[in-house]
Amino acid sequence: MTLTVFALAAIALLALIFGALLGFAAIRFKVEGDPLVDQIDAILPQTQCGQCGYPGCKPYAEAIANGDDINKCPPGGESTIKELSALMGVEAKPLDAAHGVEDVKKVAFIREDECIGCTKCIQACPVDAILGAAKQMHTILIDECTGCDLCVDPCPVDCIDMVPVDVDSSHWEWKFNKVPVGDIPIRQMS
Amino acid sequence: MFANYDKIIERISLNQLWDFPGGVHPPQQKTLSNQASIEHLQVEKTYYVPVKQHIGLEGKLLVSEGDKVLKGQTLTTSEAPFSVPVHAPTSGTVTKIANHVSAHPSGIPELTVIIDADGQDTWIELDPVPDYAKASKSELIERICDAGISGMGGAGFPTHIKTNNSKPLEFLIINGIECEPYISSDDRLMREHAWQIRQGIDILVHILQPKQVIVAVEDNKPEALETMSIACQQKINYQVVSVPTKYPAGGEKQLIQVLTSREVPANGLPIDVACIMYNVATCYAIADAIVEGKPLIERVVTLTGQGFKSPKNVWARLGTPIQSLLIYGDYDESQQSSPRFIMGGPMMGFTMTSVLTPIVKISNCILVPADDELPNPEDERACIRCSACSDVCPASLLPQQLFWYSKAKELEKAEEYNLFDCIECGACAYVCPSEIPLVHYYRQAKADIRNQKEEKEKSDKAKIRFEARKARLLKEKEHREEKHRLAAEARKASLSTDGGGAKDKIAAALARAKAKKEAFAKQASNAPHMTDSAESEKTKAVSVSEISTEVAVSQTAQGASPAKDGPEDDTAANKETTEL
Ligand code: SF4
Ligand code: SF4
Ligand code: SF4
Ligand code: SF4
Repeated sequence: MTLTVFALAAIALLALIFGALLGFAAIRFKVEGDPLVDQIDAILPQTQCGQCGYPGCKPYAEAIANGDDINKCPPGGESTIKELSALMGVEAKPLDAAHGVEDVKKVAFIREDECIGCTKCIQACPVDAILGAAKQMHTILIDECTGCDLCVDPCPVDCIDMVPVDVDSSHWEWKFNKVPVGDIPIRQMS
Repeated sequence: MFANYDKIIERISLNQLWDFPGGVHPPQQKTLSNQASIEHLQVEKTYYVPVKQHIGLEGKLLVSEGDKVLKGQTLTTSEAPFSVPVHAPTSGTVTKIANHVSAHPSGIPELTVIIDADGQDTWIELDPVPDYAKASKSELIERICDAGISGMGGAGFPTHIKTNNSKPLEFLIINGIECEPYISSDDRLMREHAWQIRQGIDILVHILQPKQVIVAVEDNKPEALETMSIACQQKINYQVVSVPTKYPAGGEKQLIQVLTSREVPANGLPIDVACIMYNVATCYAIADAIVEGKPLIERVVTLTGQGFKSPKNVWARLGTPIQSLLIYGDYDESQQSSPRFIMGGPMMGFTMTSVLTPIVKISNCILVPADDELPNPEDERACIRCSACSDVCPASLLPQQLFWYSKAKELEKAEEYNLFDCIECGACAYVCPSEIPLVHYYRQAKADIRNQKEEKEKSDKAKIRFEARKARLLKEKEHREEKHRLAAEARKASLSTDGGGAKDKIAAALARAKAKKEAFAKQASNAPHMTDSAESEKTKAVSVSEISTEVAVSQTAQGASPAKDGPEDDTAANKETTEL
């Protein structure tokens, strides 16, 4: 009899201890937000251009988590689709041309003598990459610009160009067909 | 785990060295160029001096177009710790500072100072250190930096950074291996200038205080071994070691393994196993810089290959276009069906894109092979999984796996298989029966991985900025709403205290507005007056937009962040007026 009571008490005690432990862990190690959305968001290029039809990368990440297609992000292109397909366990499809095509990397450039200082581009830039004040010349922080193209349309005097980023030798991808000048045809070595 | 200091000293004195895994024995072809002594060249007409010739950052320009410069004059500063200056190779005029084809496999143009020589070759005033033994460590290191010295064996790592060492050091290793076929520039330098190399070593010993100096020379260079031994024989802690010929014994990690059995960890530096290594040409340049006060403006370049009628070694100023070297070596066009000039050796070199490519600090060789001398790299066939490549890999990697993953762009897998431990020695490609340009695939994969990492960093930053902006906009909106709420409350309060008076005023104002509207409607139905009213509307709009820009100005004046939202403020202002 006492043995049964003792056993029951022991089990109850253990249950209490583990319950408390689990409860503590649930609070202490709480996962913020939805981990899947964050994982998807980490793969998206964060250009924030809205070409996918959502107002930024995070909303598209949420949409993917809810079952939207993974091939709507042109800035990410093939490599992003590949990574997304691996994460979501769905088949990689080619980029949906309805949302645009993969392009070389570009950054915005303001022809500064033409800028009238209207601040319209500043309001459009999703990552605060434009510096300027009303009626003052504006300029782009090249390092921060994601090349999303959103500042081009709002400019009333059309003084913003999207210029391709120059590749320097330390970023060159060893593609000999992508070599600029040179009077000797290149053949790869070793 | 690894052999300790005494054990290593004992084995070295008995000449019982260790070995590194793999390696190959390609035909040496050194006698082609190493027979005659190093020739001096006449002063060129034009030099192309790239601003960046090493790993790290370029310095800031000190000269501008049209400036007169003297031989040895500093062209760029060395402010940032990883930057190394460059110097004028002769006296003359800076004609242009512009992008010029780079001494890089891509040939992508990089900032270059173009100097037209005046033919006088006048030195700047040289400032040697009279007695380096009395000079402080930091002064000597600064001088090495100011002389523009970066590793001349191939990697181009800034020498002053390597020399500024505070970790315990046992072995100072002087690399005279020159394991790559064809090249004989270090060989000739050791034969002809052993004493100056010794001087450079003495200076390094004074700075670094190593326990032991090992001068390593491959056993296919008996003359160089002899001259170096003679130059070093009076120093008891200098040991000249003959290393068995095997490619790539001159690789930093491989040579350390051969001499000390110690393995430099992946992502580690030689100093992690208490070693530091310098190339013999770097030692020569250090002696030049300290004892003579001369900056690094020339180096020995081997001109070799059957495409040259008279292969040889020359002292070439940095910035010499290879076109002139082709003339000095007597380039024989009939040997090549199409021009093919390689900077570096047959294993690790690259084909140049232009004959105006300049000689830089790391260019040790110009190889011009005849058509049948080197295999045609375009005959790639499928991998037959023979594993010949993994047998010869000095880094004990699995080249066929790396190739597979690199080609399929499975970059994570390639990294897992230690792609970044590959020293790009080309031994695997040399033995591959399918003639796969393996290293080319590794380089592509490495570049892709590096670029992707950078992209990831950028996208993380963009995300943070995007979210910060969203948060700021939200806060501003809340702030505005709060203001409006308070204003509305104040109005309500004033209404209730002021009683009927205010209410009457509002009613009167509403009535006035209504009357105006009716009059306006009447006017509008009257066609000829319509343009008038439309115009007045327009002027109104203009004045509003002016107000809004003023709002924006005052905001920036208060130090608001660069992006502010004019129109939202606009609408807010409008709302306020309508509400009033
Ligand atoms: S399309 Fe633009 S906004 Fe959409 S996920 Fe891609 S980069 Fe982000
Ligand atoms: S500057 Fe223009 S292109 Fe660049 S991130 Fe901002 S809105 Fe996009
Ligand atoms: S190139 Fe790389 S993989 Fe090939 S043998 Fe050399 S170290 Fe090994
Ligand atoms: S040597 Fe060439 S063919 Fe043989 S396994 Fe390696 S890559 Fe494949």
